[in-house]
Amino acid sequence: MEELIEKLKKEVIEQLNLEDITPDDINPDSPLFGEGLGLDSIDALELIVLLEKNYGIKIEDPKDGKKIFHSIRTMAEYIMEHKK
Amino acid sequence: MDATLRSYIRKIKMDQIITTYCHLHDNRVIVNDRLIFYQENIVKFADLLKSVYKQEQITYPKFYKMDILSKLGFIAAELVLKDNKLEGYLPEDVGVVMSNSSSSLDTDIAHNETIRDRSSYFPSPSVFVYTLPNIVIGEVCIRHKIKGENAFLISETFSSNLLFSYVNELFANGRVKACLCGWVEVMGNTSDAMVALVENTGRDLQASVTGFKPLQFNVDNLNLIMTRN
Repeated sequence: MEELIEKLKKEVIEQLNLEDITPDDINPDSPLFGEGLGLDSIDALELIVLLEKNYGIKIEDPKDGKKIFHSIRTMAEYIMEHKK
Repeated sequence: MDATLRSYIRKIKMDQIITTYCHLHDNRVIVNDRLIFYQENIVKFADLLKSVYKQEQITYPKFYKMDILSKLGFIAAELVLKDNKLEGYLPEDVGVVMSNSSSSLDTDIAHNETIRDRSSYFPSPSVFVYTLPNIVIGEVCIRHKIKGENAFLISETFSSNLLFSYVNELFANGRVKACLCGWVEVMGNTSDAMVALVENTGRDLQASVTGFKPLQFNVDNLNLIMTRN
């Protein structure tokens, strides 16, 4: 799990062009949206694409997004459960 | 007094000047006749914009997410509007009129790359949102809280006539009291930007502090600053 979390941090930084942020700056339990990394709705769409492109996971119900993308850890947990 | 005469009098009373301008071209950045940035051997234009961003100590993380066209317009506007140049204006009284030749084609091509292969069909939402040229205006307006008239004009080459007549009309009709206007072009390895702040002469002007003498807003001077490098 920890290995996946570190990988995800790097992928999120690259996909979302978070130039001034390093993996160490991201607390895996901090919220990604709002006070955390301050991501916006377009970033949320990019995260959906990231899951599909890198892990083959398609989110069928957009309502699940809030729970899945709460933090890097919740993303990693979802990937572990649904990875094909 | 009939409406035509009233309109004519209003027009002749108006006198606009270019109080600040910025020209980004060929690895160099000019602001009000002064070279403020030059770097040799920059391969990617995005790197030049990033270097200027860092040199000017701008802090706006959204910058990194913009496409090149928006980054270019953003940096030019940032340099022009430095030191609260819009202070004293209502957001609704400030306009933005930009122009270019290639519209958003550079980003349209990038978007097309993500959808061309049906077996690897992953359109990027953050690229797609920039597939319109006027998004650069939106980025500038959000950053500087501008809510006035705006337009993005397309012409084959830089047209000072088109830009001047459009902006002049906005002033003449009282739609703006200040206007950011210029040319923001990106296509492949070609890029060029000129952005000018046009204001009414009546305002207490600070531009002279930098030693720059404001220019009359007209076609000749738009052409002049477009060739300053």
